[in-house]
Amino acid sequence: MKALLVCEYREGKLLDSTYELLAFADRLGAEKAMFLIGSDSALPACSTTVYLADAAKHGEYNPDVHKKLVLDAAQRENADCIVFVHSSYGWDLAPRVAAALRAGQVSEIVGIVDGGYEVGCCNAKMRRTVVPKSGKAVLTIQAGAFSSSDTPQGTPRVERIDTADGASPMEFVGYEPAEKKDVDLTRAEVIVSAGRGVGKKDNIPTIEALAKALGGELGASRPVVDAGWVDHSHQVGTTGQSVSPKLYVACGISGAIQHLAGMKKSDFVVAINKDKDAPIGEVADVLVVADVMQFVPALTAKLQ
Amino acid sequence: MKILVCVKQVPDMESRFKPDGSGTWFEEADLAFRMNEYDEYAVEQAVQLKEQLGNEPEVTVLSIGPDRVNEAIKKALAMGCDRGAHIQDPAPQGKDPWQIASIITQFAQGEGFDLIFTGMQSQDRGSAQVGVLVAELLGFACATTLVGFAYADGVITAKRELEGGIKGIAKLRLPAVVTCQLGLNIPRYPTLPNIMKAKKKEILAIPVADLLKEEAVASTARFYPPARKGGGIVLEGDVGNLVEQLYGILKEKTTVLR
Ligand SMILES: Cc1cc2nc3c(=O)[nH]c(=O)nc-3n(C[C@@H](O)[C@H](O)[C@H](O)COP(=O)(O)OP(=O)(O)OC[C@H]3O[C@@H](n4cnc5c(N)ncnc54)[C@H](O)[C@@H]3O)c2cc1C
Ligand SMILES: Cc1cc2nc3c(=O)[nH]c(=O)nc-3n(C[C@H](O)[C@H](O)[C@H](O)COP(=O)(O)OP(=O)(O)OC[C@H]3O[C@@H](n4cnc5c(N)ncnc54)[C@H](O)[C@@H]3O)c2cc1C
Repeated sequence: MKALLVCEYREGKLLDSTYELLAFADRLGAEKAMFLIGSDSALPACSTTVYLADAAKHGEYNPDVHKKLVLDAAQRENADCIVFVHSSYGWDLAPRVAAALRAGQVSEIVGIVDGGYEVGCCNAKMRRTVVPKSGKAVLTIQAGAFSSSDTPQGTPRVERIDTADGASPMEFVGYEPAEKKDVDLTRAEVIVSAGRGVGKKDNIPTIEALAKALGGELGASRPVVDAGWVDHSHQVGTTGQSVSPKLYVACGISGAIQHLAGMKKSDFVVAINKDKDAPIGEVADVLVVADVMQFVPALTAKLQ
Repeated sequence: MKILVCVKQVPDMESRFKPDGSGTWFEEADLAFRMNEYDEYAVEQAVQLKEQLGNEPEVTVLSIGPDRVNEAIKKALAMGCDRGAHIQDPAPQGKDPWQIASIITQFAQGEGFDLIFTGMQSQDRGSAQVGVLVAELLGFACATTLVGFAYADGVITAKRELEGGIKGIAKLRLPAVVTCQLGLNIPRYPTLPNIMKAKKKEILAIPVADLLKEEAVASTARFYPPARKGGGIVLEGDVGNLVEQLYGILKEKTTVLR
């Protein structure tokens, strides 16, 4: 089996997720080649072939053209599978490549199991084994699911690729930097986070009171922020802040992967959830099965 | 302008899931279904665009699935879509994203849509494929993961959400497909008068066999709960006791209680 691994490059830098692709291919036991639309000054440390196209010419986000370049490399390499990270770059580009090849795509792979790929479903509460039925397959791997302890090393053999066909109905305008945070959760020793399970905006002060009683800060899951109950500067997760407090208390948070990515490095995790099966239980040191609005005020009272 | 919104009906994620007899999907019997959360943002954005353009555009909402998906279609109609299209499929779960996308494409080809809204992913499956595949099959421009949408003179300015709070801005010419991320807007609640009005709106019923021309390119071999790795403690019972137990654990295992 031959795998073409599609690296990511943003704002002039090769992203580290590149090495997760290598770790995945090793787990798969596949022969590897890499693909990068980037520059000579930011090549991955590896000893495989890298098909390199110039980001200065083809842009960092230009999916119609990137698709053509990936297809070109996949054909030259005669790759059996084309692998992306399941990221804003990967989930955007992968289906375009799959459609062109009429190939089956398996999204957000978390494991390799006998005869197929393991993916999460139902908000990470369940798993599925998915089997591509096409000759070639397009795969995206969950960010953080595959890693290697080896330090990446080696010098790749560069194969240049290019296309004269730059036609696209889309024009990339540029990046907008992340908002400045007025709350720095990364320094907090204790974070008490509110999730959708707190029910309504009026209940947020109850969660805040527990945070205060523990000498910590208020955190939040994304729906709570999207609904305007809490400011975005409090959001924990892939599109918020990554935190590692001594104590993280998740109140009415289900434990979606994008939330876990931001808090799983916490020293001690307490989850309060009425659902015993909530995936937050996977990372919680203590799962308290209770109604959050009954339990939290009682705990706050005990602490005061 | 003609607009299409695709909505999927998914089980409430707070449900308890168990594999069905085939072992490849969940047992549907005890589940409550609702509109995929991401698709609520898609519906809202379509309706906002219609309003922006003086109600000129016609917005069609499409859902593939058994009869129960009419509930999701009706909700979208009550939010302001003009007509529904129910692609009747007693077993949509057996189809892969490629087939779902090809069904939507077949329907869209006859209709001449200028703009298609989908969710960025479904809550139950989360492949994040259908919208992009539809765009590719129709040859439309496409941007995914929108947290900002603006339209003027045939051009969409899309704000894409990237990792770590960074956004990417792109301009797309119509015809286009955009996939909507959480937080794109604030989806409205259907009001009672609008729910009543929606009852009079047309819902086309089309058997899936009329539109399905493609074989599956992926299949689900098995559906199962994850192996529990966590050695975490689970506390259940009376709230007063729970508080005492947790307090004890925090005292023993952490240094945060002073
Ligand atoms: C027994 C069983 C077997 C299954 N086998 C497979 C399988 O072999 N391979 C496989 O890939 N999947 C399988 N599925 C799940 C399958 O039906 C998916 O729901 C479907 O392929 C769409 O994928 P998705 O939900 O991940 O779409 P995504 O790409 O995550 O959805 C994105 C967007 O597409 C639109 N959309 C998606 N579905 C619909 C719909 N039904 N109607 C209208 N709009 C929609 C919505 O706007 C949604 O927000 C199986 C399910 C069951 C029950
Ligand atoms: C690209 C992308 C990026 C994302 N980035 C982030 C991110 O940075 N951060 C983030 O948090 N999410 C992010 N998300 C969203 C994420 O997928 C989930 O939708 C989100 O984390 C769910 O938030 P929640 O747990 O608060 O809500 P839900 O999933 O709705 O969970 C609510 C929980 O509360 C429990 N509950 C309900 N009522 C009660 C009660 N009375 N008492 C106790 N428990 C109760 C329920 O059992 C449930 O487990 C992102 C998604 C995508 C696609």
